[in-house]
Amino acid sequence: MIKKKLVLSFPEKVVTKPITYALVKKFDLVFNILRAEITPDMEGKMLIELRGDDQQIREATDYLEEAGVAVQEAAKDIIIDKDGCVDCGACTSICITQALILDNNTKKLKFNKDKCILCGLCLDCCPVAAIKVNI
Amino acid sequence: MAKTIEEINQKIKNGSAVVLNAEEIIDHVREKGVKKTAKEVDVVTTATFGPMCSSGAFINFGHSDPPIRMEKAWLNDVPAYAGIAAVDVYIGATELSETEGMDYGGAHVIEDLIAGKPIKLKAVSHGTDCYPRKEIETFITRETVNQAYLYNPRNAYQNYAVATNSSNRTIYTYMGKLLPRFGNATFSSAGQLSPLLNDPYYRTIGIGTRIFLGGADGFVSWVGTQHNPQKERLANGTPTGLAGTIAVAADLKEMSTDYIRACTFTKYGVSLFVGIGIPIPVIDEEMVEFLKVTDEDITVGIFDYSVQRRNKPSYGQVDYKQLRTGKIKINKKEVQTGPISSYAKALEIADLLKKKIQSSKFFLTDMVQPLPLECEYRSLEILSQEEL
Repeated sequence: MIKKKLVLSFPEKVVTKPITYALVKKFDLVFNILRAEITPDMEGKMLIELRGDDQQIREATDYLEEAGVAVQEAAKDIIIDKDGCVDCGACTSICITQALILDNNTKKLKFNKDKCILCGLCLDCCPVAAIKVNI
Repeated sequence: MAKTIEEINQKIKNGSAVVLNAEEIIDHVREKGVKKTAKEVDVVTTATFGPMCSSGAFINFGHSDPPIRMEKAWLNDVPAYAGIAAVDVYIGATELSETEGMDYGGAHVIEDLIAGKPIKLKAVSHGTDCYPRKEIETFITRETVNQAYLYNPRNAYQNYAVATNSSNRTIYTYMGKLLPRFGNATFSSAGQLSPLLNDPYYRTIGIGTRIFLGGADGFVSWVGTQHNPQKERLANGTPTGLAGTIAVAADLKEMSTDYIRACTFTKYGVSLFVGIGIPIPVIDEEMVEFLKVTDEDITVGIFDYSVQRRNKPSYGQVDYKQLRTGKIKINKKEVQTGPISSYAKALEIADLLKKKIQSSKFFLTDMVQPLPLECEYRSLEILSQEEL
């Protein structure tokens, strides 16, 4: 039995289809949806934790990819380089879960990791490249 | 009772000048009123820190032996304009690297120069009797070059715009990444802290005004390009969109990367975050009326950047207080907002300038000539010679 965190991206054409249920039904996996959101691009993003044996997880991942779902390992982290950040706020309007906000008092950028679903929308919007992914 | 710059400078000299930043003045006026504030306060510091594409630096390298008259020049593979004399170039902030594309540009050269990093200089020439060298490749730093000035033709825009996107795809603009179907909206102004919004009719900020530029003492050197003072204004004097601008200059060798930073907007290109601070002398009560302006009193137009035309459709006006809550309404839809200029940095600069004035390290200047209140703002039309 192993545990794996994945980020699933459902493109617009499959976003309305019930796909995750197959993970239980076909592959006998235990899953826990940690966060889910539909972005303005109409792409579904889901941070999911799967529990099962290695083989089952691999088969389930293949199944998801075949169904048009992009699967990324979520063993990564969004990291804000505080020294590089200029607190402009360019990332705040992009962040759909408001994990990135400008603090009302300090006016500086605040990153609430618990709210982050690792959707990656912020990665190409930082003008000073202070948002990084840790793999 | 009006105060002169000379009187204020005398107070700065003996350390008795009362200085507030443009945020602090708001509460001060609320508490004590306009009359008392005009008497008590001598200087209000304003500031802004945002991407300002219309920026660049003049560099004079000094002469090599044998000498060269540079005709084409590159700094870290970024083309610099060399069509001026022999060893002067202008490196524009938005110029892109010929090898790295959008990841590196003129703005990065400027930041690296300020940071003291070595920069590769390459130049070519056809060679003349007086300048025989045809090629040069060497390394320079801020210490080795003869002179380096930041010389920005258009900075510190007096108000700007809110950008949003009605289309079905994500678009990448100089206002940042705009998500489809009004997924977000961005804006770029220091609002109540912004220099020209605190002096909307340019009573104290003009050509010759000493300013803080990127960490150095600099000056307003000329009217900014696209200066458009006749933009529609609210009763408090603040324009409702793109209006006044200033050209600024200062010694790059005295600057710090805390206040000048290169930036890249994905799929748009390179720009330069410029930190500017301008002290406003509290010359009379009328000045206080302008200085008390708050984010709530300043409005700006919302525009659809997915329309690829000079004139973009507008979705009305909104004030900066609302924009800073992180949410506005466009066509009854709630839209997440975010700035692309840093209020935190602007505040830092306003406070830094305040401390410099309080410790008698920065003195005010009378302007040499005011910025025009009337001038034409022309567009570029595609015409044949006969149609001119």
